[in-house]
Amino acid sequence: MTPAPIHLAGERLMLDPEGALFWPAQRLLAVADLHLEKGSAAAARGALLPPWDTRATLDRLAALLRRWQPETLVALGDSFHDAGGSARLAPADRARLRAMAAAHRVVWVLGNHDPTPPEGIDGAAVDELRLGRLRFCHQARPGPAAGELCGHHHPKARVEVRGASVSRPCFVCDGRRLMLPALGAYTGGLDVRDAAIAALFPRGGRVFLLGRERLFSFPYAARRAA
Amino acid sequence: MSDLPDPFAGWFAAQGWQLRAHQRAVMAAAQAGDSVLLIAPTGGGKTLGGFLPSLIDLAAHPRAGLHTLYVSPLKALAADIARNLLRPVEAMRLAVSIATRSGDTPAAERRRQRAAPPNLLLTTPESLALLITLPEAAAMFAPLAAIVIDEVHALAGSKRGDQLALALARLAALAPAARRIGLSATVAHRAPLAAYVAPDGRADSVRVIDAEPGAAPQIGMLLPRGRLPWAGHMGLFSAPEILRCIAAAAMTIVFVNTRAQAELLFQELWKLNAATLPIAIHHGSLEPEQRHKVEAAMAAGRLRAVVATSSLDLGIDWGGVDQVLQVGAPKGVSRLLQRVGRANHRMDEASRAILVPANRFEVLECEAAILGAAAGELDGEAPRPGGLDVLAQHVLGVACAAPFLPDALFAEVRRAAPYAALTRRDFDDVLGFVQDGGYALAAYERHHKLFRDAEARVHVRTERIARQHRMNIGTIVEEPLLKVRLGPRGAALGEVEEYFANMLTPGDTFIFAGRLLRFLRLRETTVEVAEGGAGEAKVPAYAGGRMPMTTNLADRVRGMLADAASWGGFPAPVQEWLMMQRAVSRLPGRGDLLVETFPRGDRWYLVAYCFEGRNAHQTLGLLLTRRMERFGFAPLGFVATDYVLAAWSAHPPTDIARLFEADMLGDDLEAWLAESSMLRRTFRNVAVIAGLIERQAPGAEKSRRQVTVNSDLIYDVLRRHQPDHVLLRATRADAAGGLTDLGRIAAMLARIKGRVRHMVLSRVSPLAVPVLLEIGRESVRNSGGDDALLEEAALVAEAMGEVAPAPRRSPRQALPDVPGQGRLPL
Repeated sequence: MTPAPIHLAGERLMLDPEGALFWPAQRLLAVADLHLEKGSAAAARGALLPPWDTRATLDRLAALLRRWQPETLVALGDSFHDAGGSARLAPADRARLRAMAAAHRVVWVLGNHDPTPPEGIDGAAVDELRLGRLRFCHQARPGPAAGELCGHHHPKARVEVRGASVSRPCFVCDGRRLMLPALGAYTGGLDVRDAAIAALFPRGGRVFLLGRERLFSFPYAARRAA
Repeated sequence: MSDLPDPFAGWFAAQGWQLRAHQRAVMAAAQAGDSVLLIAPTGGGKTLGGFLPSLIDLAAHPRAGLHTLYVSPLKALAADIARNLLRPVEAMRLAVSIATRSGDTPAAERRRQRAAPPNLLLTTPESLALLITLPEAAAMFAPLAAIVIDEVHALAGSKRGDQLALALARLAALAPAARRIGLSATVAHRAPLAAYVAPDGRADSVRVIDAEPGAAPQIGMLLPRGRLPWAGHMGLFSAPEILRCIAAAAMTIVFVNTRAQAELLFQELWKLNAATLPIAIHHGSLEPEQRHKVEAAMAAGRLRAVVATSSLDLGIDWGGVDQVLQVGAPKGVSRLLQRVGRANHRMDEASRAILVPANRFEVLECEAAILGAAAGELDGEAPRPGGLDVLAQHVLGVACAAPFLPDALFAEVRRAAPYAALTRRDFDDVLGFVQDGGYALAAYERHHKLFRDAEARVHVRTERIARQHRMNIGTIVEEPLLKVRLGPRGAALGEVEEYFANMLTPGDTFIFAGRLLRFLRLRETTVEVAEGGAGEAKVPAYAGGRMPMTTNLADRVRGMLADAASWGGFPAPVQEWLMMQRAVSRLPGRGDLLVETFPRGDRWYLVAYCFEGRNAHQTLGLLLTRRMERFGFAPLGFVATDYVLAAWSAHPPTDIARLFEADMLGDDLEAWLAESSMLRRTFRNVAVIAGLIERQAPGAEKSRRQVTVNSDLIYDVLRRHQPDHVLLRATRADAAGGLTDLGRIAAMLARIKGRVRHMVLSRVSPLAVPVLLEIGRESVRNSGGDDALLEEAALVAEAMGEVAPAPRRSPRQALPDVPGQGRLPL
């Protein structure tokens, strides 16, 4: 596993190929868009999806915590798929999440899917977190944003090679703003070419596609005039 | 007995018709209450034969309510048959009511039909599946006396056919006395088709009636003037000759193999069409209105030619068609005969058809198809067992109509031939899936879709679940499609796949609906375009556009190659090509596998002449390169055609026989299947049909992202936590025959065991040239999987400093291949 170092607002950060960010100076791990209990939310609407999505997402989170041994865990919003999500956790999943929250300083940045703090899970709930020169929020604010880390859009990118094409979740970064991919097992992606993401990176930048053991970096072209 | 009663005898006489032997036989069977499979060529009067007993019965005993149900795979066919039936009914003043019902039928009309069903109802499998989910289904179908199933050969063995078979089993329970009449073209496998028609799923409980065979078709071949192309599948090279053929006949259907080919050939013909002969285009993605206009113009004799895909394969009698052209490989004898039958829709006259091969391998395939047609050697595998995804849809549909007992439903389902061998375990797992997802982890208690009452009868839990289900009925899963419109308020032209629209930039030019269009903008679910445009035009491709060559045809091609005595009939360039091959290498034998290896540039090439069709070769290529990796040959990629598989590597491949051992399907297969994008696509279809995920409405990507969950993500989670889940079992069963064609690979590996002929060459052989020309045109995958591809792309980006992520598009895009003018850069 090879993380990729990048610099944002003068801070050195590590991008993890699993889709998380580690800030060594603060021993802080950030993840975005866990969308826990998305499966059970779908079930309520009549789509009985395999019920292991929360477990699968927690598996990924647990591996990240083991790897980086952070003091602080920041979840960049939409940690639960809806406001009732935390109440629907299966007992085993709840116990696991509580243990993780008890062992770390946890900051729940609130998102549009989970506007209220999770019930019965430790941690501080905030609209955004400022730490040194960095600002952790769920949804990017339009306009220049030195040192902003955000989630919300679930960025993914497609790369073509000799007629074949590969689409993967990705980080997007222009040196000022860093957008994290979604970590949740049932979270789909929005192509970085979509206007909603492109508008946040008017001067382009780089994308980092998640690979099995490493990241694959490509230039992210500035938006073409449409 | 079985002479025509009045007024039918009089009407037949007035038309100058005689009762044909097979029509008489069908009437006799109907009198006895027996079910029938009528096998007849097109134009044999078989549809009338199917309805005659019903009309006679209704004339003698007029009554209200449903008497005969007619099911056809094509909406248009149902409408056409309804019109044809009205003629005798009106001429003889019979008190018979007729109505059609399809997705296009207005809601008010549908309500009327439910309140007062017509005597004859003409419909499609999907509309029938929907009808039987209604609470009034039992009352509506109780008086049913007969069921006519048209084009049985096109339905049996497909998922639409599975769905129809299950609906028919339901009808057999609601109306036990209803007899069935299956109408079919000539087929290779008669017994499975008879079983399909049988009310109890047993072939011997059906009378099989053969109509008199029609006149044998006359099939010729047309080659382009000048060079015979080495590669390419579009046949654009032959456009001048095709145009001359069109000019020489009254009305021609020019059949092609893909929608992209139809668009390109249409453009090419019009470039040359100085005489402005009226030539139209017809394919499944065009707006129905546009298609109907073309069909009406054909029927009225206002056209000289139509460039068409399989959208014109079936059904309706166009009358005036006197010539059929097939441009590109015919792919199978049955398919060719079906297409040829579109000309001269009268069985006593020979149909005239001309094959136009696009390259020299296709010359062999055309030759094989002509011989196969003359020998009446039809192809097609025996129908596979019914899909468990379709069964899941059916089970919920049955519950929507009325509560059922699982034991009774299991017995009923097994009377449908595709499900005759269904195990109780599979049935119970399907039922469990419908009820609560069927997961090993009990969850969702509050969201079960079914519940059981005190008598163990199974009910649907809420009316909302039933409503939701009725909106998702059907077995055709399409890629998300977007409408193409001329300007914001302009005419709709048809539909393209979402991925194609996503790769367009304003100002881009593309060819669609026979026009050159300029892309303006994407607005929600509409692609807005203007006429005209400049620059290189793109052509939309559609998933699953190409079908592989059949086993039967492949055998013939192999046989012809092995038998030099048969080469005399080939065009001179083909003879020369084969003789050169014999001189520098050898020819593939009938029962062996020829594998050539040779160096070229800094690579080693391995070319295997398998002749098992594109899908099988794609799968084989993935497995083979994995194995080459393990053997240390450092494979770099491969390309597959219908005939040949070519792989290239950094090191010379050796020990070829071991490379092709049957255990390739063991460990390699499991590992590969798990990651395979083909399996993911198959799973998506299964999940949609089974009702796990809803059909995708196109557009509005962002809101959809929040509502629907990508089937790939579901697949990953399910595979990890419950690998034997019933939907994964259904996926593997589908993949074995469908996109991966594992069955064909297994049969080939068994056949060639100990018979691999390895030729070590110093340079490319003549027979290998066409496949090498495909490199770069066709999707070429590195064996290392997606990460290796990314690695390569990242390297290129680093070196060139320029490569940005591609515009959103998918790998399915098959670039239009240019006819093989190209020189091989040797």
